[in-house]
Amino acid sequence: MKSSLTEGSTPEQLPVAHEQQNERKDGKQDGKQDGKLSLFRLLLRDRFATVSALILVFIGLTALVGPSLMGDLATKQNLLFANKAPFTLAYGWEYFLGSDSLGRSMLARLVVASRTTLSVALPAVAVALFVGSLWGVWAGYHRGWRENVSMRIADVIMSFPSLLLAVVVLYVFSPSAANIVLILALTRIPIYLRTARAESAELQSRTFVDAARTFGAKPNAIIVRHVIPVVLPTLLTLATLEFCYVMLAESSLSFLGIGIQPPDVSWGLMVSQGRQYLQSAWWLSIFPGVAIVVTTIAANVLAAWLRIATDPAQRWRLALPRKRLIARIPAKEAKP
Amino acid sequence: MLIYLRKRIVSSALPLVVVIVGVFALARMTGNPASLYLPLNATQQMRDDFTARNGLDQPLLVQMADYFGGVLRLDFGQSLRTGQDAAAMALRAFPATLQLAATTMVLAVLLALVVGCWAALKPNGIADRISSFVSMAAASIPDFWLAIVGIWVFAITLGWLPTSGVSGAGAWVLPIATLLLRPFGVLVQIVRGSMVSALSEPYIKLARSRGAGELRVVTHHALRNAAAPALTVAGDLTVGLVNGAVVVETIFGWPGIGKLMIDSILQRDFAVLQAAVLLTAVAIFALNILIDMGYALLDARVRPVTVKA
Repeated sequence: MKSSLTEGSTPEQLPVAHEQQNERKDGKQDGKQDGKLSLFRLLLRDRFATVSALILVFIGLTALVGPSLMGDLATKQNLLFANKAPFTLAYGWEYFLGSDSLGRSMLARLVVASRTTLSVALPAVAVALFVGSLWGVWAGYHRGWRENVSMRIADVIMSFPSLLLAVVVLYVFSPSAANIVLILALTRIPIYLRTARAESAELQSRTFVDAARTFGAKPNAIIVRHVIPVVLPTLLTLATLEFCYVMLAESSLSFLGIGIQPPDVSWGLMVSQGRQYLQSAWWLSIFPGVAIVVTTIAANVLAAWLRIATDPAQRWRLALPRKRLIARIPAKEAKP
Repeated sequence: MLIYLRKRIVSSALPLVVVIVGVFALARMTGNPASLYLPLNATQQMRDDFTARNGLDQPLLVQMADYFGGVLRLDFGQSLRTGQDAAAMALRAFPATLQLAATTMVLAVLLALVVGCWAALKPNGIADRISSFVSMAAASIPDFWLAIVGIWVFAITLGWLPTSGVSGAGAWVLPIATLLLRPFGVLVQIVRGSMVSALSEPYIKLARSRGAGELRVVTHHALRNAAAPALTVAGDLTVGLVNGAVVVETIFGWPGIGKLMIDSILQRDFAVLQAAVLLTAVAIFALNILIDMGYALLDARVRPVTVKA
């Protein structure tokens, strides 16, 4: 259970997919048995990962059904209850997390903001993952000029000030959630592009790809049937990490005033709006920040677990019976 | 080495040019500054005069040719906002960012080396736990929120530190602490990882069997070989910091290049924006080349391969 934390959380240590390929080819039966069902069972064995998954499911559900349960509470102003401190039920359950200077319920605003925050982060990750991976796998498979041109484009996007791009969108187009999704996706495509290219360039010289080519399979068919399934676990783990990054990026943009615009509300915008009341009403800035941190930590822990669980060379760590895990903890820790 | 350097300079120059051209074009897409700088009741004649005086009525390509001609003569244009020389404004803001970035990176590298080595020597020990906790925090906590929590706790509640500004040593603590988290969290994992693999190499066993002390084994034998990946990542992180820690500079009122950039974007002060972007792009370009040279100096194995290539 400690393993998911100590294995580190930097993207540099992502599992190398070609090792997986070896394992899969060597023991196809094992691969079949360790299918999706046992991935779920593995999750239940890791306490940290289980809690993280539950937190993420809870936040997802909140974003999905929460706003409709809250009705108009998030926008209803009540100056009698302005700037009420949190953690008391004296003003009713909706003011348990306090209220802002207009007397709006903090709890309801947090719930409504969760939908905005997730509806920017999730599509941005999905678009970047889809475009970047396909492009990278294609570039890596064909090598040559297609690879070179793609890498140069990635370099240019990476060295471009993404802040400027965001401001341009704000002025030229409307600063809607959809445009922010596009900007964030565009700036994160190179990450998947580079990873997918490196993996696929290595894979395309492997024997099993050669074999497929010898049997007359077309490049696109080889990419879809033979290359992508091997690269996918790495890319999905990367996407989980990227979810954190994109969420933080959206928050930063909203914080600087060039992201989500009022009257819409996201967690980053709430931190920014609460900043001027820091002396009198600290909860306005602190709670939305806590919401961001809890979500990203949960996604990070899950990504660390996913990295081990999808890597056959390391999966045994999670499959160890509990008793042996306890026995491996040094004796001095067991003492009270 | 020279051939390698030349290759490197040529391949990094392309993104440099594309970025400058891109900034030029994108900045002009944000709209005409006339509506921002002239009074609301300005006549169409006044607007046209303003636009013509600043050369904004020319086609984009002509403006760009003018600009590059000026750059070759080291003339970067004047600020629309203050009328000052744009290059001078950028150069004045740059040291503040550089000081912040340099202090942060030196602290981050030193701390990461000490904690990372310690963690590699004792897996699951205190240092190992601290490093994995900090890395997790670094990847999860938004920097603007950390800065606000810092202000709330240390400036407002305890009153130990100023909330913003650059006066006195106290003003440096919060910005640096906020900036430090991410580079440290990333670097400590890299150092730990490469130290663990370096310590399991046969030459470490040899050094130990020859009676080298533990400190000498770590610093002279293992660290020298483990430092290369950390150096590369530290370089990337420095590039990020030099690019302007916009959020931290905005919150703490730090008069650096990041704050200058966002101010000039919001005020459509094109000349200052271009000068700032050009300055940071050149600084990053030089930094990358320095990192490559440091890499080759540190690791003899890199040198012959790169010359052949």
